[in-house]
Amino acid sequence: MTATAVPATLIRPRTRLRYRPNSTLITGVSLITGLILVAIFAPQIAPYSPTDFDYNAVLHPPSAQHWFGTDNFGRDILSRVIWGARIDLQIALFTTLVPFFAGSIIGAGAGYYGKWLDSLFGLIVNVVVVIPFLVLVIAIVAFLGPGLRNMYIAVSLVGWVSYARLVRGEMLVQKQSDYSLAARGMGYTSARVVGRHLLPNVIAPAIIFWMTDMSLGILLGASLGYLGLGAQPPTPEWGVMVADGKNFMTTAPWISSFPALALAVVGIGFSLIGDGLAELLRPRQ
Amino acid sequence: MNVHPPAKLPTARTDEPILSVRDLHTEFHTKRGRLIAVDGIEFDLFPGEVLGLVGESGSGKSVTLRSLIRLIQPPGVTRGEVWWQGRDLMVMSADDLREVRGGEISIIFQEPISALNPVLPVGEQIKETLRQHTDLPGRDLDAAAAELLDMVGIPSARARLNDFPHQFSGGMRQRVMIAISLASNPQLLLADEPTTALDVTIQDQILKLILRLKDQLGMSVILVTHDLGVVAQTCDRVAVMYAGRVVEVASVVDLFHRPRHAYTLGLLNSVPTGGGNRNPLLPIPGAPPDLAGLPPGCPFAPRCAYADEKCLAQRPELAPIGQDRLSACIHYDKLEQPRVVIA
Repeated sequence: MTATAVPATLIRPRTRLRYRPNSTLITGVSLITGLILVAIFAPQIAPYSPTDFDYNAVLHPPSAQHWFGTDNFGRDILSRVIWGARIDLQIALFTTLVPFFAGSIIGAGAGYYGKWLDSLFGLIVNVVVVIPFLVLVIAIVAFLGPGLRNMYIAVSLVGWVSYARLVRGEMLVQKQSDYSLAARGMGYTSARVVGRHLLPNVIAPAIIFWMTDMSLGILLGASLGYLGLGAQPPTPEWGVMVADGKNFMTTAPWISSFPALALAVVGIGFSLIGDGLAELLRPRQ
Repeated sequence: MNVHPPAKLPTARTDEPILSVRDLHTEFHTKRGRLIAVDGIEFDLFPGEVLGLVGESGSGKSVTLRSLIRLIQPPGVTRGEVWWQGRDLMVMSADDLREVRGGEISIIFQEPISALNPVLPVGEQIKETLRQHTDLPGRDLDAAAAELLDMVGIPSARARLNDFPHQFSGGMRQRVMIAISLASNPQLLLADEPTTALDVTIQDQILKLILRLKDQLGMSVILVTHDLGVVAQTCDRVAVMYAGRVVEVASVVDLFHRPRHAYTLGLLNSVPTGGGNRNPLLPIPGAPPDLAGLPPGCPFAPRCAYADEKCLAQRPELAPIGQDRLSACIHYDKLEQPRVVIA
């Protein structure tokens, strides 16, 4: 059965992309890709060791030898910021990975199945959200002991709630949709209806929030580092570096400023990706 | 629970129905109370037949259609008997029901754009049904999907398999929806106002397509619509619904020439006539009743010109009146002729 003799390629050139990247997304991805490259090639790029002390170069302002200056131990700030990209990108990923996946699945399940599952979900969420996020994380880290790994565990135990609430809310709307009804009318199993038909339609807000959450994760890592519960010295973590430099803010502002700038760049990068994705994933009618 | 299909309702047909619906109820338990959307529906559907379910908004047509394959979600509750090829769908296990849904009985909806998944290419959505309900090997799926799109009249079908629903026009989307629902070669197509969202010329094409495919594939069709023109054009038999009940069943010709329920008469008289004669519309006065608090008598009585105390006292049952007809109107033999005959 052929409907037309005209070759399809003549009618519809297949050059359209469904997902056409926008400039916001490209800028964000470029920023973050750049930072990832910096993190990967830190040993090659960094001019000095990030941890070795140099008492001949204590508190030097930015110069030709030390572009970002040195801190009170004579460590090169540029090298520490470069090595810090490794730690902070790792923090961004590991504080959000489990929350994103676990939260999305839990939220989708609670939203779709409802009944007792949703009631249980509501109960847990209420318990978690009633306690301030940072206080809860600090309490868990204090219980588990300081260090990055325990920080990831603590954040994962708490952070999934935001994703689950987003996905659940979206699921409540989408499960009423005609295509969900149609999918059930086609005889698909609940797991298939949720996983293949509904999840791709409800996941966009969670993905966008994920990007924002990465910068929040880095700030959280910085806060915990500041409190001595996250990265331990002499690990070059940006948040810890900002904290270390606070006593020298008036005399040697470069110690805190450059890691803070790096934090800002990562934050902007992830936010741009988030905005770009929001634009890209917006369902078309 | 019965273990055998029930006896046929009174009819002139000698063959056995493929679908027998008995005492079907669907209720929604809401804060306002029990809302009875489908109230004891009964009908038979015969092989190759197109049955129209007609009525105004809120009469329970769509809910009835969805209830047949248990697509009503909580807080809705469905009970009754729906006999399909010797099995009662209402008591069937979830696994068996999934085989029937989309495999033996398919459903299409009013708004094709919302009934298609916006994030999956249409070819993928067709192939998914093929995978679920046929034994086709993976390498043949693309060809089969393209053939289905071609069958429903989508030009350069193969090239469009990777397109997303938003890249199709309204009529084309409904064709895609039909292609998906027919992928498994169902014996019954449930069509829930399939042309209401389309403009008139496209509507005509889609109805003709459904009729052609019905003959080609040997299906039966239940067509839900509020458009009497659509009924006249496509259906063999019509069940008129009001307030969750079937109030009249008749062949299309009989129904349009000689309605035997006051509500049917009202519906027919309220259809605008095309062409040169500009008659004033005769609307049915009042509004459909509140399904959460139906009066004891005939639900149509408050809006009916023929109503008397008997109508208000007791609910009239759907009963056979003469050859191959059912009516729930006690004044069925006093009704006037409709102003204009459409069919």
